[in-house]
Amino acid sequence: MNPSSCPALRIVSLYADVMNVYADRGNLIAIRNRAAERGIPIEVFDVSLGDELPPDADLVLIGGGQDREQHRIARELAAHGPRLREWVQADIAVLAVCGGFQLFGRWYRDQHGVIVPGVEIFDLTSVAPGPKAPRAVGDVVARSTVGAIGEVVGFENHAGRTYLGPTARAFATVEHGFGNNGVDGTEGAVSRNAIGTYLHGAVLPKNPAFLDHLLAIALTHRCGEPVALDPLSAPYAARAHASAVAVARRRSRT
Amino acid sequence: MTSLRDRVALLAGRAAGAASRRLGRGGGTALPGLVAGAIAADLVRSLAASLPQGVVTVTGTNGKTTTAHLLAAILSEAGFQSLANRSGSNLERGLLATYVAAAGDSVDISESDLAIGVLEVDEAELPRLFPRLRPRVATFLNLFRDQLDRYGEVDSVADGWHAMLTDIDAGTTLVLNSDDPNVAELASQAPGPVITFGVDDHSVALSAADHASDARFCPNGNRFQYDAIYMGHVGDWHCDCCGRARPPPDVVARAVELGANGSRITIAIGETVIAVDLPLPGLYLVYNALAAAASAHALGVDPPVIARALAAATAPFGRQERFQIEGREARVLLAKNPAGLNQVLRTLAVSDQPLTVLAMLNDGIQDGQDVSWIYDADIELLAGHQLNLICSGDRADDFALRWMLAGIEPRSVLPVTEEALDAALAATPVGARLDLIATYTAMLDVRESLARRSGASSYWETPEQGAGR
Repeated sequence: MNPSSCPALRIVSLYADVMNVYADRGNLIAIRNRAAERGIPIEVFDVSLGDELPPDADLVLIGGGQDREQHRIARELAAHGPRLREWVQADIAVLAVCGGFQLFGRWYRDQHGVIVPGVEIFDLTSVAPGPKAPRAVGDVVARSTVGAIGEVVGFENHAGRTYLGPTARAFATVEHGFGNNGVDGTEGAVSRNAIGTYLHGAVLPKNPAFLDHLLAIALTHRCGEPVALDPLSAPYAARAHASAVAVARRRSRT
Repeated sequence: MTSLRDRVALLAGRAAGAASRRLGRGGGTALPGLVAGAIAADLVRSLAASLPQGVVTVTGTNGKTTTAHLLAAILSEAGFQSLANRSGSNLERGLLATYVAAAGDSVDISESDLAIGVLEVDEAELPRLFPRLRPRVATFLNLFRDQLDRYGEVDSVADGWHAMLTDIDAGTTLVLNSDDPNVAELASQAPGPVITFGVDDHSVALSAADHASDARFCPNGNRFQYDAIYMGHVGDWHCDCCGRARPPPDVVARAVELGANGSRITIAIGETVIAVDLPLPGLYLVYNALAAAASAHALGVDPPVIARALAAATAPFGRQERFQIEGREARVLLAKNPAGLNQVLRTLAVSDQPLTVLAMLNDGIQDGQDVSWIYDADIELLAGHQLNLICSGDRADDFALRWMLAGIEPRSVLPVTEEALDAALAATPVGARLDLIATYTAMLDVRESLARRSGASSYWETPEQGAGR
């Protein structure tokens, strides 16, 4: 099916004005550009504090925020849990980054021991190790087996350690970097077509295969039949990807 | 009176700086401070205490160097003899290097009764240095997200300031930006006098908030409301729920006219109104000028002296600094975080002339190793402008992609500074201006090259200047 003949993709951007500290808005900037390049019409619904979710979605985005901000949105996000889980069961695309990723798990325990309930998209829990433990800060290169995403590159900056539950699948395997917990080599999580990751960068602009993967999933949901995107080069993204990988490898040696 | 140990430390620092400069290292900068500090561990305390007019500290995410530079200019106009860390070297070693350089052979910095320290201090370092510097005036500019891999999140810097102020001298005057809620809130901790500054001209307010906005919630968790936003989260704010509101500024810009090459500002200082033609463009420079004026006012400088000094202001090291090269003007615009880059972009957007821009992104420790922040800046502000863009720096490819996504395709991407500068100068018509947007280490790098090409002096040839962050 020709993706441009689908109705406009419905993108729901969650708490972009609260969970915005690590520039994950770059993901939406990249999606807008790539969709325009491919002739795919999109509509973006901003959902923030006090707002209702729209009735439908093809792609949901949420980014990272400061600790205080995570607490600020957690209750409302949990109230949206049933609809978000329904959407994921219906195979929409989701990209949840860092703090948003943690809150899409079962729960997050902050550094004071307070448990913040999550929306249970992913079978995982996250724990802030307390002020003495170092934050996980640095470049990440990881390899994903999801679709044709392959190598992903980005930058992580998180206190929380994330542990996958028995039914969870990792999004990627860490080559350089800390990943979910610095121990088991996993990065992020996947549940149906929902992807959670710690990667900033922002992650989508310089991982065009990841971006195209999310677009194809969202289009498939929108059109009601499988959509495969034509190959389309992304020269600037490819060069930024390659140089970010080179930087990560160089720094990991020092 | 300087103790023997302090004297030895200062002399050793001088010797180290001289040796480093003789070897042609870009040092002579941090090294003297490191050496002196190693010999006398609390040199900062004894030297600050020996300045007859005390110390002014200037801190905040953006504008420290320029504000301290403008304040030093006002104070010398007023007859003070100011000691300043001029190039943004604002960690402890930078402060010490300043003293080492100033001490001279006599190793006595307090010869003049009018000697005063004008020290910009890193916002994250301030809590450690504050009790030792015991400033007479402490000026707080703003608090924006900056190098999250290095400073941590904004909230933690604000918490550090609050904790630090719980046991300050009642004699310290706080100079606070009314328009930044994070800064204005510090007044609640002040045991002594507070002088506030701000802008009161809605004609220069933004029609929409910048995307990188940091203090959006009051301590009770309610969203701040704004009658005017001037930059980021800085503006005329209040909270409908708890009644917190922007305190009326004591030093206030009543009217601001922004031009491509400078701003015309009407500033009220208490009962007195002065007109200032600031020869440095951009609203962020207006804030720096206000902060400098308010700090000078806190020290009792007369308003007409302030106006005179601001009208004659020059650009400090690497911040709107200009060089003449091959019939072109090259202007260096430091931009190291989203709020700073947004201000630079807004300043460029004022121009109706075609722009030639060399945009340089580095990812060193002093720049922030995480380059994600470029997605927080509203580069889209320049979309639609006639713009000739060249991208450079260690992360030239990341920057090129960011500009592309804003609808601005670079004409070339050249990571190596010299090649990029050659291309950028060639792309700039004779008689026109090249604007260089650069992160901190990229700025040091390209400035060095500009200085050489224009015949100006190299930064490490001036002993008190050097790399701080």
